[in-house]
Amino acid sequence: MPIEVNGKSFETDEEGYLADLSLWEKDLATAMAKEDDIELGDDHWEIINFLREYYEEYQIAPAVRVLTKAVGKKLGKDKGNSKYLYELFPYGPGKQACKFAGLPKPTGCV
Amino acid sequence: MEDELESGVVKKFLYVNRRAPHGTVYAHEALEVVLIGAAFEQDVSLAFIDDGVFQLKKEQDTSEIYTKNFSKIYAALEMYDVEKLYVDKDSLESRGLTENDLSVDVKVIDSKEMTKLIVDSEVIFNF
Amino acid sequence: MLHTVNKSPFEKNSLDTCLRLIDDSSSVLLIEDAVYGALENTSISDKIKKAQQATKFYVLGPDLKARGLDKSSLISNIEVIDYKGFVTLTVENDKIQNWL
Repeated sequence: MPIEVNGKSFETDEEGYLADLSLWEKDLATAMAKEDDIELGDDHWEIINFLREYYEEYQIAPAVRVLTKAVGKKLGKDKGNSKYLYELFPYGPGKQACKFAGLPKPTGCV
Repeated sequence: MEDELESGVVKKFLYVNRRAPHGTVYAHEALEVVLIGAAFEQDVSLAFIDDGVFQLKKEQDTSEIYTKNFSKIYAALEMYDVEKLYVDKDSLESRGLTENDLSVDVKVIDSKEMTKLIVDSEVIFNF
Repeated sequence: MLHTVNKSPFEKNSLDTCLRLIDDSSSVLLIEDAVYGALENTSISDKIKKAQQATKFYVLGPDLKARGLDKSSLISNIEVIDYKGFVTLTVENDKIQNWL
């Protein structure tokens, strides 16, 4: 089902992930978050931006275990743990944050 | 096998890659399976034999053939605890390549060592 | 006549058969996985060099780039062409044989 943002329509797959990640914009992430009752703050954006950079470098949406480890390495132990990430993204930091970031569903997330 | 995976039994997994990237879907599919399989925390090794060694060639850029540049994924394997990459020496040499042409850290091994790797494995996937 | 090959010569015999069955008026264009055949210092590069005495070889640039290769790793006198050059070749030749 497509998502409408600022008069533009964005194609998604059946699970709500953006079909073409090159079309991603910040307002789309905000709109997706709103549907999940989340208001994006700086802490959310930090992870979303991290994921977009990660995808650019490795061409994969990391599984939650790998995301946690990678965040810990880059942003410190206080952020690289599941408690912190689940508080920000209660439906799963892998799945939900990747969705907001315009990435596909994480590989290895079953 | 599923029961054993869930009970925490660790087996020696070997993924054998023998196809060149891009022309067929084998190389990319193998990576997908490796990444998904990594969730089961097994003892994983990857072997690159024949044209499979081309998968690891440095500086692949698919922008002009309009496909996903999955060669970047090999660098992420380490984060999935997939750290044992073995390259067949004969295959590398007969294709005019050296270890310096490869994008990630690997162990180049001879036929005898490759034979042992295969024989010692418990579960083998072929691509 | 233009002959295209798209399979890796290390895996399939398409290039071999092509080289065996072409005449002196033919050109060969290597595309997709066949671009590996243009590499220097391989187990088959001597075979290509020998064929070059009678046959002009082309290789498709975008397929080289995708595989992390460029002109510097190729046998000399193999011409790298882009998609436009591919179109030109197909127009210039009356017939095309694809060795799949």
